[in-house]
Amino acid sequence: MTPEFTPLAALSGGILIGLAAVILMAFNGRIAGMTAMLDGVLEPQNADNRWRLAFLAGAVGAPLIAAQLGAEFSFAAPTTGAALAVGGVIVGIGVTYGSGCTSGHGVCGLARLSPRSFVATATFMVTTFATVTLIRHGLGG
Amino acid sequence: MNRLLLSALAAGMVFGTGIAISGMGNPAKVLNFFDPFGTWDPSLALVMAGALITTALGYRIIFGRISAPLFDGRFHLPTASAIDVKLVAGSALFGVGWGISGFCPGGAIPALGFAPWPTALFLIAMGAGILIARRLLGFSRRQTA
Repeated sequence: MTPEFTPLAALSGGILIGLAAVILMAFNGRIAGMTAMLDGVLEPQNADNRWRLAFLAGAVGAPLIAAQLGAEFSFAAPTTGAALAVGGVIVGIGVTYGSGCTSGHGVCGLARLSPRSFVATATFMVTTFATVTLIRHGLGG
Repeated sequence: MNRLLLSALAAGMVFGTGIAISGMGNPAKVLNFFDPFGTWDPSLALVMAGALITTALGYRIIFGRISAPLFDGRFHLPTASAIDVKLVAGSALFGVGWGISGFCPGGAIPALGFAPWPTALFLIAMGAGILIARRLLGFSRRQTA
């Protein structure tokens, strides 16, 4: 697999992610953390979660509509189905115990200079790197 | 329609578009970022930098100019401050799962829109993981980032 460096798409996509967090704080006064956002699906009976469901609908709907209209987003899942399933369960447990993920801690938390989010982000960046390195290169590096 | 729902929907659309364009919802690209000894792709550093700088500047302006959000009575900011085993162990575990699958929650949600399979498999497994953890923790309402 040949990696493709896409600085312009990465930077503009990142700015949009930040803009979404700014919009949600300016209008709703809320943190754009996806771990908490999932409550919109997991606890739909809670009226306070309706805005979360609306956010999720937009987050899935916008790329869905764009793709239907002919936009092409690069996508490849190089791992096996088993890796996606096992990885998914581990991610679910981890973000629940860790109270957040890349968006909540890594973007919104760091932007607020939250010490908790600094620790969380540093921790998951290191263990992700270690896991990928171990899987791809083995113990010998 | 409630205006809080409209602004959340709009923010979600911007978020989903940003993830799709950035490559954060592409497991192959994510895994290459974390592989500096192999097929390294530094793109995601720019995603994080762009998102973080925009958010930090935007938050600074918001908190400096207005005492409450435009559509709500107050800002809902996290209050937890403890740096404990739960935070570190959970974050460490999250990274292991991210490294195995190439998906984080914020990357996978929009990916469902442009690559439903195998994204759905990951999201269902992640939902199961969240429910398992909640049962183990025995809590109803989580403190978030």
